[in-house]
Amino acid sequence: MKGSLLVVSFFALGCLVGWSGYFPEFLLKGDVSMYVLYLLMFQVGISIGSDKKLKDILRSIRPKLLLIPMATMFGTLLAVALVSMLLPKWSLFNCLAIGSGFAYYSLSSILITQLKTSTLGLQMATELGIIALMSNVLREIMALLGAPLFVKYFGRLAPICAGGATTMDTTLPIITRYSGKDLVFVSIFHGMLMDFSVPFLVSFFCSF
Amino acid sequence: MIKENAMFIVIGIMFGGIAFGYFLRRVTLFQKMSNPIFYTILLLLFMLGLSVGANKTIMSNLATLGWQALLIAIAGTLGSIIMAKIVYNRFFREREKS
Repeated sequence: MKGSLLVVSFFALGCLVGWSGYFPEFLLKGDVSMYVLYLLMFQVGISIGSDKKLKDILRSIRPKLLLIPMATMFGTLLAVALVSMLLPKWSLFNCLAIGSGFAYYSLSSILITQLKTSTLGLQMATELGIIALMSNVLREIMALLGAPLFVKYFGRLAPICAGGATTMDTTLPIITRYSGKDLVFVSIFHGMLMDFSVPFLVSFFCSF
Repeated sequence: MIKENAMFIVIGIMFGGIAFGYFLRRVTLFQKMSNPIFYTILLLLFMLGLSVGANKTIMSNLATLGWQALLIAIAGTLGSIIMAKIVYNRFFREREKS
């Protein structure tokens, strides 16, 4: 929770500085943020590859456990597809690209802005990226705050599915607390798979 | 600004990182990646904020964008927990009882 507050405040600080206009011009060109994005992806890769628990997790996987990330994906995408009818400004695929951030706000918002600029133009692509950022931050906050409620009415897997790609890091403590310690590996496995699927699904939906 | 092959670059870099991390998994420095990742995320979001703040059209539409974001967030969360309930009841509950 402290982390997501810090993230939101850095974003707000950026907005303030951008609004004031006191910053070097070259920062607004896409190249700089793209190289930082590359750095982020490399770091995410390192953290997956060097994880000591990687082998244990891979060994404890039953095929049945794949149903949980599937539930997250299909549940999210079906509901977002329904709701996209209320958002006439954006196409079905634009909405699905936002939904397939699965609470991984940083990566999804930046990928969407970058990938959509060539087809939608900088203005619309930035707007779509902002919606993706806010929407996925909100999803993480809902997953953090709603976990006890979700367990009560939707069963022990609900906080994991709600957490999307964050269930291996930010929402893991909350999930183990409300869903039970025995689901800790399930939660990490789910988070890894979802983390991994975000760049694929977001770029897939952005290509329409 | 960006070419279609950007997604392949991004995904390729991630795979490069996985291989790099796997070969150097005994180096303790690389086992504590969550902090550097967090700082990079902060930097990226600061820069995203910069382009938002400098964009007058977006700044004046922030509330409208926020509602759309909230709608999608609620849909995604609800959809996934409903699916979680279905999967839990059908495939996981029985085993735990026995």
